Amino acid sequence: MNRALAVLIPLIIIGILVIGGFGVYNALVSAQEEARTAWAQVENQYQRRADLIPNLVETVKGYAKQEKSVLEEITRLRSQWGEARNTKDINKSLQAAQGLDNALSRLMVVVERYPELKSNQNFLKLQDQLEGTENRISVERRRYNEAVMNYNKKIRTFPGVLLANIFGFERMPLFEAEAGAQKVPTVKF
Amino acid sequence: MNFFRLKVIVFLGLCLILIMSPTWALEVPERPKSWVNDFTGTLSRDEILALEKKLMAFERETTNQIVVVLIPSLKGDNLEEFSIRLAEKWKVGQKGKNNGVILLIVKNDRRIRIEVGYGLEGVLPDALAGSIIRQEIAPRFRAGQFYQGIEAGINAIMAATRGEYRAGPLVKKESKLTPWWPFLFFILFFGVVIIMHRLSRRRYYYSGGSRGWHAGGIWGNGGFLGGGFSGGGFSGGGGEFGGGGASGNW
Repeated sequence: MNRALAVLIPLIIIGILVIGGFGVYNALVSAQEEARTAWAQVENQYQRRADLIPNLVETVKGYAKQEKSVLEEITRLRSQWGEARNTKDINKSLQAAQGLDNALSRLMVVVERYPELKSNQNFLKLQDQLEGTENRISVERRRYNEAVMNYNKKIRTFPGVLLANIFGFERMPLFEAEAGAQKVPTVKF
Repeated sequence: MNFFRLKVIVFLGLCLILIMSPTWALEVPERPKSWVNDFTGTLSRDEILALEKKLMAFERETTNQIVVVLIPSLKGDNLEEFSIRLAEKWKVGQKGKNNGVILLIVKNDRRIRIEVGYGLEGVLPDALAGSIIRQEIAPRFRAGQFYQGIEAGINAIMAATRGEYRAGPLVKKESKLTPWWPFLFFILFFGVVIIMHRLSRRRYYYSGGSRGWHAGGIWGNGGFLGGGFSGGGFSGGGGEFGGGGASGNW
């Protein structure tokens, strides 16, 4: 009688732990995949912005030929971003994207000096599209950060922390846009 | 005594940090009251009713949900950030279709924003939203015609989004999958039963009671959740937003 109990109770406990473990592991994987998907969304919005740039450059050129240098820089940075994206080097493409951030904001400042350009319907539409895309970029970046925080929490708190080490779940970096600085988070997936 | 003082210092320190914290955001109202939510007292009751009649009929016809919000001020918060927070909280538009639009007017700051749900970004792209603000809404607002401006804006939004979705039969919400832990209790329960059975075999009587008390508890928890739609009162249908739309001012 005691022998039956001695075997049965540990078995039940192990059974509970294993089944519980399935749930925890799955939760970790889900959280990690959500964070990766969120990153893909950020990149999609960067692509959307890259697609707007040729039109933007052409329109501005029509009214502000003197601003050739800014426009050329934007075009160059755009190709740079495209190349980086193709090589799947996340850090490079992030760096290029942030370079574009700076160049585009400089362009918008420059445009202020050209009232004809500012009131041009085509340009206004482009501006809407650009602002819309920038807004989408910040929304996706925020959602990425939320997904990463959720994942990081899961691998650091109990019971996730138990499985995280065994199965090699590592912390993911947050998207921290440092104002003015060119610092880019090193992203590892 | 020392410990108490320490706690006070820590508490004051935290207060200081909170005060100095730069990240402050305007609070979003918990849920929409109706299609038109005027927190500024700009529109008259008749005007609100007229707009709501239009928007309600439009939702019935197309399932697209357009909501108008007037707030007095952003109090320093960012317009786009506030707008997307509002959209995410209210979830205007139908779940799955994501066909919601929010027309947000910040009266004292003189800002306008049209926030477009994922499902309507195709027919109401950013450029069109911007045009609607510039051509339909802002000029009328500049003349002090708030009702007319909102009406014109809504008409334009409806015209753009009319063809996109059709009203279909109302679908009951899916039930959530049962969580895994009831099965855990099930196994545990059977383990206990087996043990009790083994134990009782010696004495030749059946403890029928051990089966009875579990029956109600487990299955109640694992049952399906949801089912049915929000009856009575206005609410968003679960629509999602991605930051599309346009901003402007007057």
